[in-house]
Amino acid sequence: MPVDDSLVGRTFPTTAAYDVSAEKIREFARATGSEYDGGAAPATFPIVVAFGAMTALMEEPGIGIALHRVVHGEQRFTYTRPVVAGDELTATLTVDSLRQIGGADIIGTRTEIVDVHEKQVCTAFATLLHRGDDA
Amino acid sequence: MKAGEELPEQTYTVTRADLVRYAGASGDFNPIHWSDRVATSVGLPGVIAHGMFTMALAARALDTWAGGPGRVAELGCKFTKPVVVPDDDTGVEVVVRGTVKNVSDEGVHVSLEVTCGDQKVLGMPRAVLRG
Repeated sequence: MPVDDSLVGRTFPTTAAYDVSAEKIREFARATGSEYDGGAAPATFPIVVAFGAMTALMEEPGIGIALHRVVHGEQRFTYTRPVVAGDELTATLTVDSLRQIGGADIIGTRTEIVDVHEKQVCTAFATLLHRGDDA
Repeated sequence: MKAGEELPEQTYTVTRADLVRYAGASGDFNPIHWSDRVATSVGLPGVIAHGMFTMALAARALDTWAGGPGRVAELGCKFTKPVVVPDDDTGVEVVVRGTVKNVSDEGVHVSLEVTCGDQKVLGMPRAVLRG
């Protein structure tokens, strides 16, 4: 079953605030072998925050997305500033595009990540491939 | 950094333990990244690294080249080939190479190449570093 076309342009509810601690950044940095000097978090750290918004999209009933059929196709981040300890971040996901190719749905998403002052920190663009029943 | 400059190649070893650690740190517990049974049931040759883990290794190389964290203004890639991680103590090697494409007001544009064995595992990985 293809994903519902009405999904395009839809913005999902903003996630609950994510409190970024120095310990969480250190854990993520250690897991990726990266350096953490108490300042900027590793560049891909915002995926931890974006992941919550992406999960909400995939688990939304009635859209027709089955989690085990989803593959991460593409990821891009643009940063206004690095994430630092003490940040309270929220993520708001919008579905930008939807295409069907060879029985698969290609879902283009944009997640805006902002701080407690509603100032932009990062935008995470993810392309998710949803394989159809026969793909 | 100058246009045309080739940045020093970075080699990282990836083991199953690294994937478990990354799953915990990132919150991505998809079993294809830790269970051979589940990975093979969906047609994969075995447990594969999280695409975001491989991307994080590319970011790690960028930090090394930039002289520290916090200078990445833009980072993007496609996930084209899986990094298959064997259940042994040796793991696999992921190699990150970079070339400076140009330097503009936006920053330093870097084109990356991320390989495992003789395969490129990320498609069109690129980044912009703040000057």
